[in-house]
Amino acid sequence: MHSPKNEAELATLIADAKAPFCIEGGGTRGCGGRGERLSLRGLSGIELYEPGSLTLVARAGTPMAEIRALLASEGQRLAFEPMDARGLCGTVGEPTIGGVFATNSSGPRRIQGGAARDYLLGVRFVDGIGQSVKNGGRVMKNVTGYDLVKLMAGAYGTLGVMSEVSLKVLPTPEALATVSVEVPDLTQAVRAMSAALGSPYDVTGAAYDPVMSQVHIRLEGFAPSVSYRKERLGAELAGFGEISSQEDSAVLWRGIRDVAGFHEREGDVWRISVKPSDAPALAPLLEAEALQFDWGGGLIWALTAPGRDLRARLAHAGVAGHATLVRAAPEVIATLDRFQPQAAPLAAISEGLRRRFDPRGLFNPGLMG
Amino acid sequence: MEMPAPDPAILARKAHLAARLAAVLPQDAVIQDEMETRAYECDALAAYRCPPLLAVLPRTTQEVSDILRICHEEGVPVVPRGAGTSLAGGALPTADSVILGVARMNEVLETDYDNRVIRVQSGRTNLSVSGAVEEEEFFYAPDPSSQLACAIAGNIAMNSGGAHCLKYGVTTNNLMGVTMVMMDGTVVEIGGAHLDAGGLDLLGVICGSEGQLGVVTEATLRILRKPEGARPVLIGYDSNEVAGACVSDIIKAGILPVAIEFMDRPCIEACEAFAKAGYPMCEALLIIEVEGSEAEITHQLDLIIEIARSHNPVELREARDADEASRIWLGRKSAFGAMGQINDYMCLDGTIPVGALPQVLRRIGELSDAFGLDVANVFHAGDGNMHPLILFDANKPGDLERCEALGAEILKLCVEVGGCLTGEHGVGIEKRDLMLHQYGPEDLEAQLLVKDVFDPKWLLNPAKVFPLSVTKARRGQALAAE
Repeated sequence: MHSPKNEAELATLIADAKAPFCIEGGGTRGCGGRGERLSLRGLSGIELYEPGSLTLVARAGTPMAEIRALLASEGQRLAFEPMDARGLCGTVGEPTIGGVFATNSSGPRRIQGGAARDYLLGVRFVDGIGQSVKNGGRVMKNVTGYDLVKLMAGAYGTLGVMSEVSLKVLPTPEALATVSVEVPDLTQAVRAMSAALGSPYDVTGAAYDPVMSQVHIRLEGFAPSVSYRKERLGAELAGFGEISSQEDSAVLWRGIRDVAGFHEREGDVWRISVKPSDAPALAPLLEAEALQFDWGGGLIWALTAPGRDLRARLAHAGVAGHATLVRAAPEVIATLDRFQPQAAPLAAISEGLRRRFDPRGLFNPGLMG
Repeated sequence: MEMPAPDPAILARKAHLAARLAAVLPQDAVIQDEMETRAYECDALAAYRCPPLLAVLPRTTQEVSDILRICHEEGVPVVPRGAGTSLAGGALPTADSVILGVARMNEVLETDYDNRVIRVQSGRTNLSVSGAVEEEEFFYAPDPSSQLACAIAGNIAMNSGGAHCLKYGVTTNNLMGVTMVMMDGTVVEIGGAHLDAGGLDLLGVICGSEGQLGVVTEATLRILRKPEGARPVLIGYDSNEVAGACVSDIIKAGILPVAIEFMDRPCIEACEAFAKAGYPMCEALLIIEVEGSEAEITHQLDLIIEIARSHNPVELREARDADEASRIWLGRKSAFGAMGQINDYMCLDGTIPVGALPQVLRRIGELSDAFGLDVANVFHAGDGNMHPLILFDANKPGDLERCEALGAEILKLCVEVGGCLTGEHGVGIEKRDLMLHQYGPEDLEAQLLVKDVFDPKWLLNPAKVFPLSVTKARRGQALAAE
């Protein structure tokens, strides 16, 4: 395994490479490409943290635990709520900040506060010929040249190996509450979530648990404000079913974020992004063994028997969106591909970008196309 | 500001090109009369002007596709134009270019409250997007100062922000999908009403690419329910340092206002003379706005006021009603008009780390003295996006050049302290030559590679964003190929 200690070593390694790399941060998401393992864990450390400017700069291999602890000491957090994939993927190790951004990992707060990519302010990366490149910076508004920062987020390392990220952090709200509604079915669940998300109460999470027939709506902020909104929202959603509420619900949302209901269950795991109102018609067609809904219905987690092609079912239902195979046996991934194939002109653009940023095909070959 | 010399071969083919375009477009869509093309000779960076060869005003994605296909075949540069409000020269034509204006494409295509999205043609103005969903109490969040006039197409091209983006983000954070026409006429669909378009984040790189990667004809935008209410507080300090420290303390305390606006003394004086909003005369003025229900607003304002008091303000004014709230905003919102009345001005747009505020304001004061030109500062303090306004006299020989030189020094200063050249206006032609201060050659090369993929012949808005010396060989390709 290659484990460079700094960006210069990383650049030399890539410049001299003769064979492709399987790039990993903490290796907890189980999603490398074909090649020799290249770990970024050696590039570790927080380089700058300015709580008053809401910015943090860290090397790509910095453990998430270290970043979370430092932010917590100032009452701040990563608002995009990246998932801890270890339980779902059955992996061990320490998730890294680079891995979080490379996979654009965003949790329940995606619907209100944005995805990981929306918090990434700047990157340094090494391209396929071993050159160090920087883009963006450490300020919140920046339109100086093209936004390669967004392009790097969610590229799974295929355009370059990130060595440093700078990101926006936010204050951790003083209070949290969850309003839950018991609903008869998914159709009503999505309607209830739409009503909540279309309310002025600044909802930061809207998920549906089909096993318990419960819609969960999350509110965060100053204590008096959360208590006021909890009251109002409860009244507005009363028509959908029985209302209950709980304050201490951090564990519940961590479970939603990490898809706890699927842990230690066999089968393929799919992550499907659709328009929320398409979820009720689509869900039965998936013939899944278990389902979990987040993002107001727009994010469907599906646990299925191995080898089912859920993308064909999306297409059959005429539903726009995309399905990612998050967890499956290697032979299933080899057949179905991890990512949804793109329409021809977009696939050509993506392929063109990969060819230019990584002309020798060194970075996670086969992972994204 | 240097622009590439027009290609005489293209100039000579004007009639031929006009005829080809006229054959596929409605009669009123092709503008070739020299008196009429003059309307497209500049944008809001009016110091630079050049009428285009032709202007075309399509109404549909298909028409845009036909236009681009023909220009691609003819090897003619195309400059996309939204409403022409760019302060950076983003829509400035060259004499051998076709202006593709999307102003006639202003329809709302779909409004979907259940999924909280709206789909519009890209020529629709920013404010009228909010207008279209107002009756259901929804709004579109990015609010550039020019929102009455500016088009969504231009907002996407420049990744526009606004005063309220501290809470709601800029265009890229609110854009969910586009229909875009590539330079060769190919129509692509990226994203939509679902979150996070699959594959590489092409939407992310298209937003803010200043019309160099494709022409966006339709956009799916996130809409939000309006908050129950909003109210500002006005706080005056006798030094920029103290005002800066107050902003930092508010953020550190976990309060996230929707807007934190900062004005310095020259700006306060000019606004007061112009709008008579009743601002106190002091060194620094903060306008901080919070949202929510009445009780939530009061709670947040109480916290803010407590922090503000600990820094000994010279003035602290809470709005008791809507009328007082609008008086607090009045001066700030008329800042640009106020400056325009005093003099010609150039509006800069650098962004700095919030903590560097006092230091940067001090340096700007020194530079202003050294260049002999007044600078007034008004900016979004919560996110460090500064708008220094340099006052000059366009009729005085040498003043514009001096103003540009001072502007360049201020922007270099922004980069020096860890910031960037432009936070929300874009590079255009205005800051093109400063790009090498922020980025090394390899950093720029990585960006050029992206354009190579989207627009291999370098025909879309080719003379913008990057120093001409850096793009010369690439821009030359198209010419050499003929």
